[in-house]
Formats: sequence, C-alpha cells, structure tokens
Amino acid sequence: MMPDKILEGKAFKFGDSISTDHIIPGKYANLRSNLSELAKHVMEDADPSFAEKVKHGDFIVAGKNFGLGSSREHAALIIKMAGVSAILAKSVARIFFRNAINQGLPVLICDTDKIDGGDKIEVNLNTGVVTDLTKDSKLTFGKIPKVMLDILDEGGLVPYITKHGNFEL
Amino acid sequence: MGKTLSEKVLSEKSGTDARAGDIVIAPVDLAFVQDTTGPLTVRQFKEVKHGRLANPQRTAIFLDHAIPSPNRELSNDHKFLRRFADENGCLIFEGGSGICHQLVAEMFANPGDIIVGADSHTVTAGGLGAFATGMGSSDIAIAFALGKTWFRVPETFKISVSGRFQKWVDVKDLVLHLIGALGADGATYKALEFNGDTVASMTISQRLTIANMAVEAGAKVGIFPSDNVTRRYLAAQGRGNKYRALQPDADANYERSVIINTSELEPMVAMPHTVDNVAPVNMLAGTKIDQVFIGTCTNGRLEDLAVAAAILKKKKRHPSVRLIIAPASQQVLTKAMRIGYIQVLAAAGAMILPPGCAACLGLHQGVLGDNEVCLSTANRNFKGRMGNPEASIYLASPATAAASALTGEITDPRKVS
Repeated sequence: MMPDKILEGKAFKFGDSISTDHIIPGKYANLRSNLSELAKHVMEDADPSFAEKVKHGDFIVAGKNFGLGSSREHAALIIKMAGVSAILAKSVARIFFRNAINQGLPVLICDTDKIDGGDKIEVNLNTGVVTDLTKDSKLTFGKIPKVMLDILDEGGLVPYITKHGNFEL
Repeated sequence: MGKTLSEKVLSEKSGTDARAGDIVIAPVDLAFVQDTTGPLTVRQFKEVKHGRLANPQRTAIFLDHAIPSPNRELSNDHKFLRRFADENGCLIFEGGSGICHQLVAEMFANPGDIIVGADSHTVTAGGLGAFATGMGSSDIAIAFALGKTWFRVPETFKISVSGRFQKWVDVKDLVLHLIGALGADGATYKALEFNGDTVASMTISQRLTIANMAVEAGAKVGIFPSDNVTRRYLAAQGRGNKYRALQPDADANYERSVIINTSELEPMVAMPHTVDNVAPVNMLAGTKIDQVFIGTCTNGRLEDLAVAAAILKKKKRHPSVRLIIAPASQQVLTKAMRIGYIQVLAAAGAMILPPGCAACLGLHQGVLGDNEVCLSTANRNFKGRMGNPEASIYLASPATAAASALTGEITDPRKVS
C-alpha cells in the first residue's frame, strides 16, 4: 500500500445520466488528435462554463450512471487534463469506469446526495473516506478491485504494462 | 453448478473455472478500433515498450464513423490509421465497407469467440454467441500488444422471450421495452443472456439488433446461444466451419430472470434524452418530426430496409420530413439494390447515404437544427448526440420510422399499412 494519498479540491455537482456525449460530444471528433483543443470543450453539453471554472484538484460529483454511452476514452482523458483529481458518483458506467482507471483517474462510488456544488472536499484514497470540509461530514466509498488499484498506482494501464510487461493478477 | 454462456466462454478461453465475480485473463480472437477511437489507441500502443502487434491478422481498423471524411482533421486521422495498418500488417476496412459491428458479424464473429473493440456497440457480436464487449483506447492498445486482456466475469440476467410478435412489431420494440424495464444502468457490469422459443426462431439480424442495445442497459455483453440459425448464417457468410453449438447449462446460476411475452408488445419509442425513457408509440402519436434516420449498427441491415421499403413502397415521404437511409454495410447495400429496396426508398424521396455510421453520432450527414426533432432507428438519444444539444431524438423501429416519414409525425406503423 502506498503512503496515504490525499486529494483536496472543490466539488462540481452534476445530476444523473451524464453521458459521454455531455462530456465530449461526437461533433468534436475532428479534435480528437488535438487534445488541448478538445479539452476546451470538456463537459460542454452539461455545463458550458465548466472548462473555465474548474481548477487543478477539483472533483466532479455526479449522480447515477456517470459516463454512460460511448467507449471514447477521450472523455476520461480530458476530464483528467482539466485537472480533476477524482470523480465521485453514485454509480458509473462500465466502460467509462475502466477508461478512467486506465488514465489514472480515480472513480469513487459513494452517496453523493450529501455533497453540494462548491463544497470543499477531501478524499483519502487509502482509507476510502471522503470528508466534506464545508459540512464537516464524512462518507465512505466502495472498494476498487485490486487489478484496478494496481493500474491506478502506476498512473494508468499503458504505464502499468510498460513497467510490468503483462497483467499480474 | 452449471455455467452461463459468459462463464462457459471465459472458462474455456482463460483455462480456468471462471465464475461470476472472478477476474480472468483471456486471449482475444479479434481486437478492433474505428476511426474516432483508433488514433488515440494507436498513440497509446506506440507508448508501450516493445510495441508489436501480437496478432496482426486479428487486429482490425474500420473507417466508418467519419466517411466520406467531412474535414481535414479527420482525413488526416484516416491517413494516420492507414499508415499504421500498412506498417504493422493489420487489417483495415476502407470507408464505404460498412459499420464495424456489421462487418464483424459478416466476417469475423463466431460462437465462443472473445471480441473486444474500441466502440461501445461491440456487444453486437453477441448475436452470434461471441463474448463481445466495448472498451476504451488504452484497453484496446494493450489487447493489440498482448493479444489478451483482463475481464471480470459478469453475473448474468436471463432474459426469456416467448410469444409471437404482432405485425409491424419487432425486436427493436422488444429491446426498447427491456431497457425501459431494466433502466439505463439496470444491468451495469452484467451479462444479458437471451433464451426461449422466440429467440430460437429469431434471425441473426434480429439477434444482432438486440445484442447491440445491451449496452444501453449498462450491460457488458448481450449474448445469444448458438444454434441452427447461427449455423446457417455462418455457412451463408462462407465460414460454416466455424460453427459450434453453444448453450448455457440447465443448472446455470442467474442473478435475475426477466420474462417477456412478445405477443403483448406494442411498438415502442424511447423519448429524449435517455434510452430507458420509453413509451408505447400511441402515447406519442402526433409528435411532429423534422427528420427520420433509418440505419446504424442497430437497424441498418437488409431486413430493416425490407420493412422500410414495404411501408414506403409507391408512397412519398411527408414534404416537411427529411428521410435519411444508410445501409450498414456494402453487402447490405448490394443486396438491397439487387432486391429493389433501395430503388423503392429513393423513389419515396429518401437520401441514400454510403454504408457507415452516418448521422448517428452528430458528426455529419444529418446534424439537427435548434429545436428540431429526429426519429431514428439508432441506439442512443442522449442530449447533443446528433450534433446539437438543443435538438431532440426519439428512437424506434424501422417500421415506426418509415410510417412516421409518411405522415410527418410519430405514427403507429399498424395504422398506415
């Protein structure tokens, strides 16, 4: 286990069913080989001002089934590029979950109803505790499978395989 | 305890006694990308040290989402992918060949295979008894390099289908009904496994339509048994030697059981902006539409064009509706021309597009205007999906789409033919 890994930032709140089309619409497919331009449109169809407001370390806090839809890994990639340190959601779509971990972006499943937009949040990845510093309240998040924790620890799947040469289960 | 189809395939391929919840490593029979996920996959593949393709002839690139290319950036992405295929000896399917999932069904997917693709509708190949699932670019880059990947063995929902469809009610209505019942996240991480009398008599085209939409309930796979229908399809596609029977064990363990009687089904429509927001077509009858789109990996096959042609024969689209038709593959287009479906549809006033994804993902070939409404046979109606967050998308069967193209409003196909 790595030393305590603490993330800290502000919550950006979203509702249920934020699809990959909200995160990065298919109409921007022409920018997928120009990631810095693509990233300017992150979350555009859910909150057009998100890209301007988000700061390094902040969190996306969402409802059910975050990231449903397309397999486009660009969705996870540009959320990470925007500086988001983790996604907290009630549930997450399967492909997006894998993509986020593969990009080294933690996805934490917890009861996000108790967090409001703008709250200051602290996440301890090792103890599995989310602290809402604004409300002075605590939440716990669900366990991440070991194979995914190992990939997360290496900063993503490509660095993991580059280092280990294979999957080590 | 017996095994589900997913447990059987993953056990055999991984060489373990794979049970729901286990994590296994298994070789893949095909790993593929399409033109909007391919460039990132290739760049990630190049970052892996010793990056050589494990199996070039089991690695495929499909140019289908942005064809013919609408702009220079995507043209350059296509050049990049062609060059990668040329340098690494993998398979590449040029624009106009068809939609990746249709080509995978026509040329690659066999019962008991494991197929992974950088496209969420990779699940389509489950219609042929393959364990097929969508992944992102990193996962596919590693599958390219290692020829294998890791899977969590899914728990399975058993979907038992019986009864006879009413005229102009079909499998699209069935799968919309199912997604409405399960919810868009109701089967997240799960396998949907289809069985029952009605499934045994379904064509492969129908099975592909259902499997295609498994992901819209969050499922990892939508998998069908392999039977005589599968055998005949594989033989017709020139790979009869790849047939094997595949059925779940009678004492397999299912997390949940869902029973559907198709005799009671009505034509269904998914309303904006989620696929599980379904209603019987009659509740929406009269909703004005601006565009009808018939095609995609869900409903762009020959049987779908046959239904549309039967309803539109010797008739004209409503003057205020644009009618867009995109066959799912060159094989579909060629057969539809030979039989005469394309001629009927063109005479009805349809715009016939080349085989590909066309208007489905909002990139080109049918982007909606502000406050416009599209009735589509595709699989997704998310806000912004067809290029404009101010537009609305309804999803329905080819029959409902064709009937609505005649009237200019959402229409029950049982009422126009």
